[in-house]
Amino acid sequence: MLLHRSLKTTTAAAAAALILATGTVLADPVTDDELVVNGELELATEAEPAAHLDGALGDRIYSGWRFRDTETRAMQKDDFDNPMFLFVDAGLEAWDTAEGTEGKSCADCHGAIEDSMKGLRASLPKVTDKGELWSLENFVNDCRETRMGAEAWGWNSQQMKNMTAAIGLQSRGMPVDVAVDGPAAPFWEKGKEMYYTRFGQLEMSCANCHEDNYGNYIRSDHLSQGQINGFPLYRLKDQGPVSIHQRFVGCVRDTRGETFQAGSQEFRELELYVASRGAGLPVETPAVRH
Amino acid sequence: MFRMAAIGILAIGTATGALAEVAPDDILWQEDGSIAQSLTGTPGSAEEGERVMTTNALGNCVACHTIATMPDVPFQGTIAPELAGAAGRWTEAQLRGILVDAKRTFPDSFMPGMYKVGPFIRPGVAYTGAAPASPDDIEPVLTAAQVEDVLAYLMTLTE
Ligand code: HEC
Ligand code: HEC
Ligand code: HEC
Repeated sequence: MLLHRSLKTTTAAAAAALILATGTVLADPVTDDELVVNGELELATEAEPAAHLDGALGDRIYSGWRFRDTETRAMQKDDFDNPMFLFVDAGLEAWDTAEGTEGKSCADCHGAIEDSMKGLRASLPKVTDKGELWSLENFVNDCRETRMGAEAWGWNSQQMKNMTAAIGLQSRGMPVDVAVDGPAAPFWEKGKEMYYTRFGQLEMSCANCHEDNYGNYIRSDHLSQGQINGFPLYRLKDQGPVSIHQRFVGCVRDTRGETFQAGSQEFRELELYVASRGAGLPVETPAVRH
Repeated sequence: MFRMAAIGILAIGTATGALAEVAPDDILWQEDGSIAQSLTGTPGSAEEGERVMTTNALGNCVACHTIATMPDVPFQGTIAPELAGAAGRWTEAQLRGILVDAKRTFPDSFMPGMYKVGPFIRPGVAYTGAAPASPDDIEPVLTAAQVEDVLAYLMTLTE
């Protein structure tokens, strides 16, 4: 059905009729499973789309969890089975560890991570007092460099993912709620334009796969809506944690395109726009995918 | 239109011999997005075409298309039309055009141009994610011969 929209000529319409006749199935998100973590925390995996989506994703938005296989879905239901918790624990330890010339730990200034970082993940990226659009990684490095006298962590470094996983966990269950208006508006517009730009030699936009074709299979991959409410997440294929921008790099590279750098202005704008497409979905950090 | 195409093939055949290859930018497009003239002047191999169609780094047609005539290929895509019967729906010239640059047949198609070198937005060198040193370094996804091989396979899909 989704394909129908791109079929313009009469011959193509005939081809579309053929698909319907031969019964190509649209493999929709799974409907017979619920994400209940540790037997107690219920996380909704679908929500009503925000008004700013203008109907782009129809009448439902879905977590990527709904497009993964049974085993992968099960791993995210129990924190003992979720490999990300190894990294969360390392992040919590770093939270309490003094570093840098000031000899301070995150906890020295912020206190308990459960209190001070609660809800933060759901609101990022956001515009700072100086008018810049910052991701969680920017905030962490700013404290390290300007307040602790410590070295910045690499955007995709293990330490950074440990910390963003530990911080993100504090918002688990809270609905994604990023600001898209006011000072965020121009960044959001740029991210949106990027989302619909057909990059690379294969001339594919994010929307070609994650809007026009979610629910379909591209070879063995069951295409999701490309939501980021579970990041950083454990990717079974990489046997390790993956950051939001790392995932973006991979998707642009797969269009035979020249990627943008993790942490770049472009990817932070794209992150804001993609986050806003998931507004209303609960934060799942740290998720498991394959 | 038909006569023009015939002259094209004749010219290739006599002037430059069977090995002449039409470069992506020299293709003689018909208005409907078809290409009458062979890209190589030599008939392709359907067997080789099947390999190109099922190899990830080459045509990777099965990523999007279901192809009933290749039942042994696992995990076929569900994005694009079943290819069985394609030769009954399209002429050889139309199929060549769809392969070279499907957007000339289906405006805004999701199907990538297989023998196209631009213009692109931020093209990279294959799947490295890196920019080419110069725009001239961009190679088409398939060679002219591979396009003719795939075409030879598609022409076997008469029902
Ligand atoms: C010397 C004190 C100090 C230390 C040490 C420190 N921070 Fe901060 N941090 C601050 C201040 C001050 C702010 C800005 C005030 C605010 O907006 O809450 C801030 C802001 C933040 C924010 C953004 C919060 C928000 O609501 O926008 C994050 C995330 C953060 N810090 C993480 C860390 C992490 C992780 C560490 C340890 C690696 C750390 N900080 C170490 C003082 C500190
Ligand atoms: C050729 C198709 C294709 C394109 C184009 C594409 N992606 Fe993806 N993307 C995938 C596949 C396949 C996956 C893994 C399965 C899934 O979750 O859809 C994926 C996964 C993702 C995920 C992880 C979702 C999750 O829940 O784990 C995000 C986020 C994402 N893509 C964002 C993007 C963005 C942003 C763009 C544009 C820059 C983009 N993708 C372009 C194919 C694509
Ligand atoms: C990224 C997805 C994608 C890939 C890869 C792809 N196609 Fe397509 N193809 C499509 C779509 C979508 C259509 C439907 C036309 C449109 O865009 O509206 C199509 C249409 C076609 C058609 C005409 C439909 C018909 O009647 O059968 C043929 C023939 C075709 N493709 C052949 C191929 C071949 C051969 C390859 C590999 C060399 C290939 N395609 C690779 C997406 C793809």
